[in-house]
Amino acid sequence: MTDALLSAKGLRVHYHTRRGPVRAVDAVSFDLLPGESLGIVGETGCGKSTLGKAILGLLPPRTKVEGSLRFRGQELVRLAPAAFRRLRGEELALIFQDPMTRLDPLMTIREHFVETLRAHDRKLSEDAAADRAAKVLRSMGIPETRLEHYPHEFSGGMRQRIMIAMAVVLRPKLLVADEPTTSLDVIVEAQILEILEALRRSYGMSLLLITHNLGVVAEVCDRVGVMYAGKLVEIGPIADVFRRPIHPYTQGLLASTIHMGTTELRSIDGMPPSLLAPPPACRFHPRCTFARDVCRAEEPEKVEFRPGHVAACHFGRDFL
Amino acid sequence: MLDVRDLQVHFPVKMSAIQAVGRALVRQIRRGRTDETPVRPVVHAVDGVSFALGPGEILGLVGESGCGKTTTARAVLRLLAPTSGRILFEGTDLASLSEEAMRGIRPRMQIVFQDPHAALNPAMTIGQAIQDPLLIHREVAAAEAKEATFRVMEEVGLSPPEDLFDKYPADLSGGQKQRAVIARAIILRPSLIVADEPVAMLDMSVRARILELLLDLKARHGLTYLFITHDLATAKFVCDRIAIMYLGRIVETGPAAEIFREPKHPYTKALIAAVPVPEPGRPRAQALPRGEVPDAIRPPRGCRFHPRCPVALPTCGWEGRDFVDYLEDRRLNPETARVDETRIGRPTAWTASGLVVHRAARPDLAKLEEAVRSVLALAPAPLREAVTEIDVSAGEVAVRFREPEPLEPRPVAGRSVECLLY
Repeated sequence: MTDALLSAKGLRVHYHTRRGPVRAVDAVSFDLLPGESLGIVGETGCGKSTLGKAILGLLPPRTKVEGSLRFRGQELVRLAPAAFRRLRGEELALIFQDPMTRLDPLMTIREHFVETLRAHDRKLSEDAAADRAAKVLRSMGIPETRLEHYPHEFSGGMRQRIMIAMAVVLRPKLLVADEPTTSLDVIVEAQILEILEALRRSYGMSLLLITHNLGVVAEVCDRVGVMYAGKLVEIGPIADVFRRPIHPYTQGLLASTIHMGTTELRSIDGMPPSLLAPPPACRFHPRCTFARDVCRAEEPEKVEFRPGHVAACHFGRDFL
Repeated sequence: MLDVRDLQVHFPVKMSAIQAVGRALVRQIRRGRTDETPVRPVVHAVDGVSFALGPGEILGLVGESGCGKTTTARAVLRLLAPTSGRILFEGTDLASLSEEAMRGIRPRMQIVFQDPHAALNPAMTIGQAIQDPLLIHREVAAAEAKEATFRVMEEVGLSPPEDLFDKYPADLSGGQKQRAVIARAIILRPSLIVADEPVAMLDMSVRARILELLLDLKARHGLTYLFITHDLATAKFVCDRIAIMYLGRIVETGPAAEIFREPKHPYTKALIAAVPVPEPGRPRAQALPRGEVPDAIRPPRGCRFHPRCPVALPTCGWEGRDFVDYLEDRRLNPETARVDETRIGRPTAWTASGLVVHRAARPDLAKLEEAVRSVLALAPAPLREAVTEIDVSAGEVAVRFREPEPLEPRPVAGRSVECLLY
């Protein structure tokens, strides 16, 4: 058994708001192995982006974080901001949905790279930094002649390539990608997914892909975790979760996804709960067609129903 | 019911007076050498689009962002003025109709917007928003309007209406807001609904319900939909016929089932193959088109897809700037980049002007010509074979490309395709 690169145990993230604590991530546990790609899927407000931010130490101040989150043996919960800064870039990197908001419009691409590289290695000369930038950009299909250009001179897909290049230029061990292709068109999306795959293969990097798009997860990930109302309700190998889902929410989510083979429309009744006051016991019970008394009274345990395939449902056995 | 012919919508690029003068000067200085700086740049958002829509039909306008699908829809509704073309709606040409006359038509055609959060006034209650069109277009008493609003709210699943009537948009979920937007669109009993990405902003688990509602309303009231979407899976499920748009043109149109079963246009093929499928273990799309959709200010000559097309022909519209792009591509490989740096020069050293691309080279023209020939010999076949001559004179080397073959939509296997392959 390989040691996990990242290991979450009972991770909780509660935001403070005027209306009370928002339980965005609640008792989430999972392991991510070196070189593996794990998808985290769920709908708006399920806590998937908060999970990503917790891993990267990007939560707003005064956010309550509990439990444990170990990265290469180091505890990230309550890690000092300075230590987190060093970790980000060198060991952990991230890419976001909208690259334009992360690139400085007044800096050329070359300046972006020089700044990033020199922040982690002061002795690196500007030319050496630009050389490294040119190399990684070339591998993404951007010629070095464009190093002197400004962000607005690039198309959306190019900007996302630049973001990825900046994220991986320091060879991180883990790349967290939060909806990296959501604002892109399908062809460009497919190009970006191809790049992420190639990076993972050539650098042995792990990938945590946060998305609402089940198709993207199916194409890129080895394993997938499904979040609902702050809980990780199911996690397992991609083929098992997609072909033989256990949790009724996963079943509903897969059934309601409109894809090229859809022949009838299905949906899940009701809507996701507010995280200010989530339902007690199993959080999915008000929308679950299989719910019985126990679902309203007791929180379901996480059970490994198949090797590596874990779900939190009282009646998981019935769906095997 | 709706017959759109040769629709064109061009937008002038916004410029300040100083920019305009500057551009004119640049043009003067570079006169005869380039056509890359038009005096008044124009975005060719929709550039000759024709389609027809029969009663009770759902036509999908499908394409990537910037292909002109939303602009087409807005022109059909006369939310913006078309540059040219005809829009025959129930026998009237809307393209030339006055704003005054349009008011009489508007109740017959309504729109459902993409973003329900933005489409509803946050200061108006749901009930007020839904009954507003009724109060504007029909002279009805308040009580009567409210009654009609209750009925339509029931119909779209906003029940109980008496509870929701006085709620504000902020109190509703995204799905409920979209139901309110749909209610507002159908309260005047229109015949045509333009649905602009009606489910794109909604979560997966509610999308299906909104689509079901739209299909249900269509069946009940005999509505006709112009359905705008970038999501091919939704288009496949919902539409009777689809029109695939690329850079302001319809490249393929026909029955949805036929097109999805066997796409004909290389762009349609690429688009369908690129859609991620929630089915683990399925092989990934191969041979994706290179790059991204080009700028609509200067769309490519000939077939607009030719620079990215995996099966392009020499006759598809190759031109000077395709050669510059090819030189850019060669910079990706450190080996060829080094060779080109000394022999060909940077891509920016070349000036593309329509079918010609040229570079001044004093003193050694012969060497540059030889370099161009050797680089072209390695170029992709369609680009290479489109070159008609390499001209060496007046201190410069110029590469000239052939005129493209004229392109028009042709009937192919039960649909219409705009591609030289057919």
